[in-house]
Amino acid sequence: MIHYFIGDLGHFFVVTSFITAIVSAFTYFKAATSTSPLDGISWKQNGLVSFYAHAISVLGICVTLFIIIANHYFEYHYAYSHSDKKLPAYYLISTFWNGQEGSFLLWMFWHAVLGIVIIHTNKFWEAPVMTVFALVQAFLASMILGAVIPGIDFKIGSSPFILLRDVMQNAPIFISNPEFVPSDGNGLNPLLQNYWMVIHPPTLFLGFASTLVPFSYCIAGLWLKKYHEWVRPALPWALFSAAILGLGILMGGYWAYETLNFGGYWNWDPVENAVYVPWLILVGAIHTMITYKNSETALKASIILVIATFVLILYSTFLTRSGVLGESSVHSFTDLGLSGQLLIYLLFFLFAAIVLCIIRWKEIPSTEKEVATYSREFWIFIGVLVLCLMGFQVLMPTSIPVWNKIVNLFGGESNMAPPTDQVGFYTKFQLWFAVLVAILSGIGQFFWWKKMEPKQLIKEVRGPLLLALIIVVVLLQIIIFQYGTDVVTKPGFLFILLSGVITVTLNSKILLALLKSSPTLSGGSISHIGVGLMLIGIMFSSGYSKVVSLNNTGLIYRREASDEFNRESLLLFVNEPRTMANYKIEFKGERLEARERSGYVNPSDVEFMDDPYMVVAKKDIIYNGKKLYPAKDTFEIFPENRYYEVKLTSQSGKEHRLYPRIQDNPNMGLASSPDIKRDVTRDLYAHVVDRSPQEAEWSKLEEMKISPNKEFFANDYVSVLEKVERISTVGGVKLDSADIAVKAFIRVKGEYQDYVAEPVFIIRNRMIGRIPDEIRDLAIQFTLLNIHPETNEFSIGINTRQKDYIVLKALEKPLINVLWMGTVMLVVGFGVAIVRRYREFQKMKLKGLE
Amino acid sequence: MKKSHIIIIIVIAAAIGILVSTAGDASTYVGFGEAFQMAKAGSKKEIHVVGELKKDNAGKVIGIEEGMDKVSFSFVMIDENGKEQKVDYNQPMPQDFTKSEKVVVIGAYNGDTFKASKILLKCPSKYQEQKVNV
Repeated sequence: MIHYFIGDLGHFFVVTSFITAIVSAFTYFKAATSTSPLDGISWKQNGLVSFYAHAISVLGICVTLFIIIANHYFEYHYAYSHSDKKLPAYYLISTFWNGQEGSFLLWMFWHAVLGIVIIHTNKFWEAPVMTVFALVQAFLASMILGAVIPGIDFKIGSSPFILLRDVMQNAPIFISNPEFVPSDGNGLNPLLQNYWMVIHPPTLFLGFASTLVPFSYCIAGLWLKKYHEWVRPALPWALFSAAILGLGILMGGYWAYETLNFGGYWNWDPVENAVYVPWLILVGAIHTMITYKNSETALKASIILVIATFVLILYSTFLTRSGVLGESSVHSFTDLGLSGQLLIYLLFFLFAAIVLCIIRWKEIPSTEKEVATYSREFWIFIGVLVLCLMGFQVLMPTSIPVWNKIVNLFGGESNMAPPTDQVGFYTKFQLWFAVLVAILSGIGQFFWWKKMEPKQLIKEVRGPLLLALIIVVVLLQIIIFQYGTDVVTKPGFLFILLSGVITVTLNSKILLALLKSSPTLSGGSISHIGVGLMLIGIMFSSGYSKVVSLNNTGLIYRREASDEFNRESLLLFVNEPRTMANYKIEFKGERLEARERSGYVNPSDVEFMDDPYMVVAKKDIIYNGKKLYPAKDTFEIFPENRYYEVKLTSQSGKEHRLYPRIQDNPNMGLASSPDIKRDVTRDLYAHVVDRSPQEAEWSKLEEMKISPNKEFFANDYVSVLEKVERISTVGGVKLDSADIAVKAFIRVKGEYQDYVAEPVFIIRNRMIGRIPDEIRDLAIQFTLLNIHPETNEFSIGINTRQKDYIVLKALEKPLINVLWMGTVMLVVGFGVAIVRRYREFQKMKLKGLE
Repeated sequence: MKKSHIIIIIVIAAAIGILVSTAGDASTYVGFGEAFQMAKAGSKKEIHVVGELKKDNAGKVIGIEEGMDKVSFSFVMIDENGKEQKVDYNQPMPQDFTKSEKVVVIGAYNGDTFKASKILLKCPSKYQEQKVNV
């Protein structure tokens, strides 16, 4: 049965949200421009009511969409293509924003929440700021409208409430039966079935959404000619935005590190670049705004940067969702036919902001006097310029596909492609910019707190610089000890290390002084220490990341490629130890993941059933010395997930087990995820790049006549036929009295343990049947071929195959924890600064200056 | 000259430098024929080639050879001009490789074979399903 009501309700909410957003924008606009105070108040009242109605509709859309997903109404396209019945509840939440429509919805949701916060915290700016807010919401609501303009057949937006049959009108099933409802959905992309995907998108979109707040204040300031006043309320929001956006970006990086297998957290992929650039510009904007608050300079720069941040957010949305990136990204983008609409959205705000700036430009106050070289304003401004160039350098190559499109549009021909070695290309520039930023953020802080002359400056920074040098020399000793002297040939890394440490020591001195006098002001120095630590962490974990899974087997390689063929993967057969880095490494076999209890299960210990989600324990399931399930228990597993147990033994004899994963989703294909061994000073990161074929190729059957309790060899393993027993049930089915079934017990001595194979021989209705049994770890299959009662001998058939194997790639990432630690400090620093700036705003608000 | 002018000049110079180097480091989309000519002319630069895997009449991918050590493979690709070329890749076959509709290889010619350093796949069926499972 098709649940029409819920979809109609959802669609009703979408339309309502669109209309209320327009009404709200209009009424707030009237409120902001009305000349009589009385009119203004009533318009504002209307604006507030319509924005609330809008926010409720947005909430309504979210709730209805979630009901559709949670109840598995697969007649709806969204539920069908992004979820299935077996998906655990917490991943149903990530289903919500898996599709483009859902992520637009998430973005709208945050705007609605932020809008309401602004309405209640800032009465003075409410009308102009909310005009911008409501306008943006109208654009976003149009993206999920899913309305077709009759006559010209132009589709506005893509609705999340569209029925599957309307999407697939040509599917035969819907032609013959329009009421057809699929029994299960397509499922969630396995790569997104990760806890980070539950919290990373909401965080990132809150970051996206919050960039609208400073932008709206800035536009409102220009519009009402309040050129000075907008900065104060905008500043805490800009800090909030930078903190959340930064956190969201890093979470995405951490997700990639844990789930994808490119061996790192940052790949300079267009998707990553598209959010990195606005973040850099936003950080620049914060610095100019703070400068302006203290010295009345850099107002124009603040306006430009705040506007640029928001426009870049729109641009990044356009890049990643319009399909324009096409072949230049490893991410898959689907074009929902929204590219035109996205372009209008981007261009509207770009041109509206530019036009407003041009009209007001002459009136914006600016200082004519030259800033002194030894002033803080000067050095902060230089820092901001570096940040902007840093963003520019990333933006240009990322926009190459857009450039191609533009050139082709005007009849030219451009077939430029992004640089092939993205990491190398971007690192070569970003590294030196980062060195500059680090040094400036160290020195700049000294100018910040004390206006000083060169002599005094040298006196102040001498101590921390000396300390930094000592730390670097000590660190270098450790690096050379670990990696050899060839690191000296990488001057870039040494500079990063030095400048990162300098930032930390200089800012620590400031921080210590501030903690004594006025701890509430310490946000800046904490953040800068965070940046320094992040640079050190990035430098070590990426710069000194090395592949440890080098092929040391001496295997004969493929003929045509012997020269510079760099083999960085290790072939591991089950139970055959190898050495890797300082470890003995051994592949222990494939494992299943239990659904209800956390632990890994050897597939040989369970019997599979018709339902792929259920298995029966053949014997007690032990994991890490703990009994997971008793024998004969039926329990649930994740059938798509296969883990590959790899045992690492260090030279001191300490053992560690890694479980890298391969997910095999019938609809979406294979996905390989690493497992990471985390130590304080380094991570060992390993993922499976290939595995033995799932359908084994068996050798020809070899027949042997053997007597019980006599040793024989099977695939070179010592084996014994222990006993042969008559059994009464086969595969859970009871046999008739006329039927005969016997089971042989063959014990095989493996490398580490004994295995028992139990092949069965049946005579049923005078027909002979044989059920072979496989010992997976040893790659042997036994068949009980025949029984010779006259000599008390048995014919055993032996098939062998290649042993199970995996091809593993492993990397070592030193000091990656310093990066995560730096991130946390950066965010904490932002938090301290937000509190301070918000208090400042509150204090002025009480004085009547909002 | 005022200090601000010097700064502006430096910023503009840096921006131009970035643009020039972006244009210089940018790769290009070409066919195998052109890529071969470029390599013959002595260019070591890596390029992008867009194409499809070679398939037989039944739609099955053909021409894939796995390396003996399981960690490398080669395949036959047909570029947009219809030129066929064997491509070597010194890593195991990427996931979903045979299911991909479009393949982008990034690499360069080494003699007569094309060595890919990176492979990008476009699998339209991954998120936008084409048929309903009944």
